[in-house]
Amino acid sequence: MATIAAGMDASPKARSKPADGRRGATAEEMAQKQREISVSEFFAKNRHLLGFDNPRKALMTAVKEAVDNALDACEEAHILPDIRVELLQRSETRFKVTVRDNGPGIVRQQIENIFGRLLYGSKFHRLKMSRGQQGIGISAAGMYGLMTTGQPVLIISKTSKKKPAVEVLLKMDTSKNRADVVSETEHPEDDGLFPDGHGTQVSIEMEGRYQGGRQSVDEYLDQTAIANPHARITLVNPSNETIEFKRGTNEHPPEAKEILPHPKGIELGTLIQMVERTERTQIGSFLQEEFSRVSPSVAKEICERAGVTNRTWIKQVGHKESEAIYKAIQDVRIMAPPTDCLVPIGTKALLSGLLKGVRAEFFTACTRPADVYRGNPFLIEVGLAYGGELPKDELIRVIRYANRVPLLYQQAACASFKAVLETTWRNYGLSQSRASLPEGPLVVMVHMASVWVPFTSESKEAIADYDEIRKEMKLGLQEVGRKLGIYMRRKQRMRHEGERRSIFERYIGEIAQSTESITGTAAQKVYDSLMRVAKRKTEEADAVLDDEGRRVKEQDPLGKDDSVVIMESRIAAAPTDAGGDEEDAPAKGGRAQGSLFGEDEAPRSRRKRGSGN
Amino acid sequence: MARKSTSASVGAGTGSESGSRRTAGASGKVREETLGKIGALGKAVAKTALAEDDPFVNVPMRTMSNTSYNEKRRLLEMGDATLRRNLFNTAQARKFMQTLLLSKGCKDLLEAQKTLSLRGMYYKSLHTIAGTKEKTFEDQEESDTILEDIEVALTTLRENLNLFAKKRGTMVGNITVIDNGDTIDCRRMGTGGYAIPSICEPSIIQFGKCEAKFVLHVEKDTVWSRFNEDRFWEKHNCILTEGSGQPPRGVRRLLYRLNHELGLPIICLLDCDPWGHYIYSVIKQGSINLAFESQRMAIPDAKYLGIRSADYTRCELSEDVKIALNDRDTERAKQIAEYPWFAGKKHWQKEIALMLRNGFKMEVESLITKDISYVTEVYVPERLKAKDWID
Repeated sequence: MATIAAGMDASPKARSKPADGRRGATAEEMAQKQREISVSEFFAKNRHLLGFDNPRKALMTAVKEAVDNALDACEEAHILPDIRVELLQRSETRFKVTVRDNGPGIVRQQIENIFGRLLYGSKFHRLKMSRGQQGIGISAAGMYGLMTTGQPVLIISKTSKKKPAVEVLLKMDTSKNRADVVSETEHPEDDGLFPDGHGTQVSIEMEGRYQGGRQSVDEYLDQTAIANPHARITLVNPSNETIEFKRGTNEHPPEAKEILPHPKGIELGTLIQMVERTERTQIGSFLQEEFSRVSPSVAKEICERAGVTNRTWIKQVGHKESEAIYKAIQDVRIMAPPTDCLVPIGTKALLSGLLKGVRAEFFTACTRPADVYRGNPFLIEVGLAYGGELPKDELIRVIRYANRVPLLYQQAACASFKAVLETTWRNYGLSQSRASLPEGPLVVMVHMASVWVPFTSESKEAIADYDEIRKEMKLGLQEVGRKLGIYMRRKQRMRHEGERRSIFERYIGEIAQSTESITGTAAQKVYDSLMRVAKRKTEEADAVLDDEGRRVKEQDPLGKDDSVVIMESRIAAAPTDAGGDEEDAPAKGGRAQGSLFGEDEAPRSRRKRGSGN
Repeated sequence: MARKSTSASVGAGTGSESGSRRTAGASGKVREETLGKIGALGKAVAKTALAEDDPFVNVPMRTMSNTSYNEKRRLLEMGDATLRRNLFNTAQARKFMQTLLLSKGCKDLLEAQKTLSLRGMYYKSLHTIAGTKEKTFEDQEESDTILEDIEVALTTLRENLNLFAKKRGTMVGNITVIDNGDTIDCRRMGTGGYAIPSICEPSIIQFGKCEAKFVLHVEKDTVWSRFNEDRFWEKHNCILTEGSGQPPRGVRRLLYRLNHELGLPIICLLDCDPWGHYIYSVIKQGSINLAFESQRMAIPDAKYLGIRSADYTRCELSEDVKIALNDRDTERAKQIAEYPWFAGKKHWQKEIALMLRNGFKMEVESLITKDISYVTEVYVPERLKAKDWID
């Protein structure tokens, strides 16, 4: 498989030249070795760029690519996703990864392209919010499988109830960036693979390593479930255990709209290319039709500044004119791109995802208004879960998403991680050392939704650090942080008050007895009176201590907040009233696989439950 | 501070033997008065509680800052500063509870007309608070402190609450005392001597015939035994007492009464160290902790006979008796020198300065190096004769 991609390596011939001759290769000799490199070949050699650096990561990446595609397809087809992931262990290092969805299926003709070619897909050329964007992922996974095990990729797809499912075995030819069909059969109808009458299943045999914990298949699915509460995901792991991530809501996320590029977001080269390719004949219509937010008057202004008119023929636009137009675009005020193309997960769904996934006591989330970086609209959502069964003495966890896809690697390089570091968590009641994550039972999730997410690499592991993006992230973090702060202070007060009260109440019985013995005043009367005083005293103290030291009346800032859910039953047992009517609902122990997840539980929320379930 | 007692025995009289049942502790008017004071405390608490307010007890402060030396009366007096002990204060709630609990205990005791040791009272009030794992007292010391608080808060005396400390101190000499109706001839006490009771109030102890001309108080019983064996009290016509170190209240009260009622001078023979000096100070001016009782215990005319720092050379003692002063001794000595009641006394300033200059302390027993009975036959008689003591 190891073909030499380019002629840079010294050949045996070149090396055998006598030392005294000292003649290097001629241009002609070199030319003989110079040839085109196919993308597939390039990525076959550089598979780490696509997330196949090591067997463990490769397994996760393969699952991720398949699941992302499935979710994208379901969403586009308005289907509530039902995804099944099976990991079958063939040998110590060999796995068969099977991912099946109930999506719309793939028409026969496209199967080779989608699964067999790199950089082939529907998502690259358009500006629309989706999980995949480059058209690399799933074919790269298939290629990796073929390279490590020699086994072709098996695809079964069914597009409608009326048509039989097709089963295709594909073998990729890296030098041609194309796939050869090894076999093709019509799959028996009664298989029951696709109860909905449509769907796709892909199986890849590959080298891998299955291990739970951080950056595992499990974690990826955990986090996917949080950001996609409308999806039902089932994992059958190599030990043949079935783990189900239930649906948190039956509401479809609204479909993302495709938008045209914004003039401010393109570079000169792109502009020149667009001019060359456009079917419009005049500059004015070109600008108005191929960009967003260019009205006739804006188009006119751009043209005037560039020294052309909007009737100037496209054919006459050369390099010089393009450059002038490019400059003009930068100077003209243009409305920000439309943001209705962005589909946030939404506060409600975020909360239901977090509630479902994290056994914490306090949840809050926020969706920031959309903003623009480099002409691309984006928006940031931040969620937060605190307390409960989360570990107390560790650094907090940051879970990152881009277009609902969890990002598990390269945390430190990610804008969202930096934004978390730059937030002053001490203001919200957590301890934080300089330039590090705060400590405490906290999970923070940051989601970036955009028509184009600027990743730092093709393996899509970290969001590039644009100022606009990081700023929005910080604003979001501060918003949820403030709510956490309010909650923390309230909890502190409650604890303080509870302790005080319990100290008093502990002794009141003794005092009442002694008083009766000395004076003959009925102990019960003294007891009742003193208990009332104890209640009042501790409440008084409560009212006096406000977050900023001001006196506030019965007003709970978290009270009517839809973006906050408090799970009373998970609040760690604080000292309770001696004779109080305490609700006994201790948090259950034993978190599943050391992950964020525990079993489902009906939230006993004092306020509105976030989910629409 | 009162020492812990080891006995929880009820100190009631042994009256049953003699047929007529005798009651113990405070009686008559004193008893009624004390019960009234406890009742008032309880009522105040009950009233505040029923009014749904924060009940409290005012406890006079027993600290150096609330103690002053009365030059004229030559004794320590307690100031007016009090601490308000509230129930609804997290730092005071437990102490408040304990105060009421022990007040109730004292009331029970007075009503039963029995007496208890401090340790006995600790046990009487000790139990686990219902619904918790917390005990009413962690140790006896906690209870002792509260009892002293009650004493001062009620402006009464431990004796009037029918409480006593562990018995310490011994007496022998030319005197007869009547102890709870029993006549005791202190001239015929053998080698053990008469154990000075913890409560030496006139209601319990009365003085009978007394020929003695003065009282020699020594620091501890080992020295006392030496004097008793040598029949010192007989030869010099005196009373011989010891207080096992810092004398307990019983001993101090007895010395006070011997001084006040019988006019006997009190002469002290104590170790030459800061602790000996402070024992003298307590006998003479009263203690800081019990300043409220000074007026009925302090003996401003008490004298300090020895051991003096100069005795090392004067008595030609050997090197071996020297005990080097440690840092604590030095510090304490300086502290004592600065007490107002020492500050104005040249003899004492010289004495302490000499001790500090010497850099060592000496025990009374060091005189034994000269001869077994040197202290009884030479040292004390010579000093007495020469009236060589400091005031």
